[in-house]
Amino acid sequence: MLDLAIMLAVFAASFGVGFLLISRVPPLLHTPLMSMTNAISAVTILGALLLFSRDLDPVLTVLGAVALVTAAFNMVGGFAITDRMLRLFRTKAANGKAS
Amino acid sequence: MTPPHESAPWMANLVDFAVILMLVIGIGQFRTPKRAKIGNWVAAAALGVAIFLVLTRHGIDNPFLVVGASLVGALVGVVIAFRIDMTAIPSMVALQHGMGGVAAFMVSMVEMVRDAQTLGPVAKVSGFLGLIVGAATFSGSMLAAAKLANKVNQAPTRLRGHNAILIGLIVVVVGLSAMMWDLTASFTTVGLIAIIAMSMLLGHVFAMRIGGADMPVLISFLNATAGVAAAFCGVIIGNRLLIAAGATVASSGSILTHVMCKAMNRGLGPVFLGSRKTRGIAARAAATTAAQVPAPAVPAAEPTPAVEAQPVAPAPSDAAPSPLQAAVAQISRAQRVIIVPGYGMALAKAQFDVVRLANFLERQGKAVQFAIHPVAGRMPGHMNVLLAEADVDYEKLVEMDDVNPEFPQTDVVLVVGACDVVNPSAADPAQDTPLSGMPILQAHLARCVLVCNLDARPGYSGVHNPLYDDPRTVMLLGDALGTLRDIRRQLGDTEGLGAA
Repeated sequence: MLDLAIMLAVFAASFGVGFLLISRVPPLLHTPLMSMTNAISAVTILGALLLFSRDLDPVLTVLGAVALVTAAFNMVGGFAITDRMLRLFRTKAANGKAS
Repeated sequence: MTPPHESAPWMANLVDFAVILMLVIGIGQFRTPKRAKIGNWVAAAALGVAIFLVLTRHGIDNPFLVVGASLVGALVGVVIAFRIDMTAIPSMVALQHGMGGVAAFMVSMVEMVRDAQTLGPVAKVSGFLGLIVGAATFSGSMLAAAKLANKVNQAPTRLRGHNAILIGLIVVVVGLSAMMWDLTASFTTVGLIAIIAMSMLLGHVFAMRIGGADMPVLISFLNATAGVAAAFCGVIIGNRLLIAAGATVASSGSILTHVMCKAMNRGLGPVFLGSRKTRGIAARAAATTAAQVPAPAVPAAEPTPAVEAQPVAPAPSDAAPSPLQAAVAQISRAQRVIIVPGYGMALAKAQFDVVRLANFLERQGKAVQFAIHPVAGRMPGHMNVLLAEADVDYEKLVEMDDVNPEFPQTDVVLVVGACDVVNPSAADPAQDTPLSGMPILQAHLARCVLVCNLDARPGYSGVHNPLYDDPRTVMLLGDALGTLRDIRRQLGDTEGLGAA
């Protein structure tokens, strides 16, 4: 039960901190924000990696591999596309264009 | 191999804490685009460190498979991320929510089958929830991605007895989970697959009723559920990092869901349970289909049902100038211009011409701003990304609360593919419509409004827009891209138009 308490505390604390931080993100950045948090939700890749720390039968190996592929896609793709999006945000001053 | 146990638990705790701190710092940078770029990499680095830690702490049984599978996923992710068109971003984000869901339910399933004997009740409950939430997130996201990519009709699909079906599916899924509770029966694997299948059906039925302008709420909600699924996954494998990161994502998705609902003046219940007048949905469905048909490049020159007029206009020569001429005359005289973009701009792919027009007007010494309504488009912040890609100075993208006081001093408001977000009846206490109380951009307070919409039909809400009847409004009906190009030609701005 101590485990459960700790897990609940971790969940509540992270939810709270996330709430405080994210409610101050300007709407300008809502799309990149969603894209990045989406990439963060691919932490399930840790779970997928942990599956392979012990023996797996062939069927479970395949399922684990699917989890790895999708999580890696989600994580790497998510951070990459967020970066690409954020690079689009420019000011005139920064890109040296005369207006 | 022996069960993983670190030699120095306090050390492991410290490292876990550091990784979570990095994630928090990364998210905390989302204040300005420049800092957000750094924040994104900090968060990515946090996950990189976490992966490294897992690998060094636990070792891997099958390194070739693990590295291979990860590389395949990563490569596909990078290639798509760099090649995809920015207009497809909402669909891409939905697809990624779905992939997160797949990873979550796969991990839960493997863990439940393998460790059936040793899992405690808390882990078991989380495992079932991880399966259900993950699978439902997957199918819901796939449908959302298809809708956002216009692969399927964006309009909501309602089944007879939709709510009863949803409740029935939930009962079935929970019942199946209870039956499988033991996890040691010979049919466990089949049972878990059945739970996954029914959860996918649940997600699909849930998402099919949400469409059109409600998509921002759905995509935000799926963001949250993907985070929740990751957190459940963390409980079953007993990894605090997963719980913490999942919870952070869940809170982010919840906030965005809340912000979207508030900006549409709709509760989560009405959006998800579909309690809304069907009239509006039917009208919206018609508008969406119509919008997908490329309209003629020339706006209707014939008199449209809408009014064309200029109040103080010393009408140039002709007694009844066409709406286009009236619009061009208004723009030429204007000193302060505000552009209101909506989803119609994205559909017409008119953002580049909007920005060129804005730049041209600025070169003539006019003040130009963009007024961004929080729910304009199909996902939170959609318009900002589209306009940023078209190379707008992002300081000109002004939020609703900041731009509203400026409308009374504005000469011309150019509405491009937006309707409900500029509907003044929302602010009229005498009217009771689905829009009543929704915060709007107060375009009607400006001296003149030019509307570049496909047609004069109501927006998603189905509420008629009295702005269209205002004598100070000029209706430029037709494909927004064609209309904008005509305006630009008339103004003498030919950049990117070729020989015109």
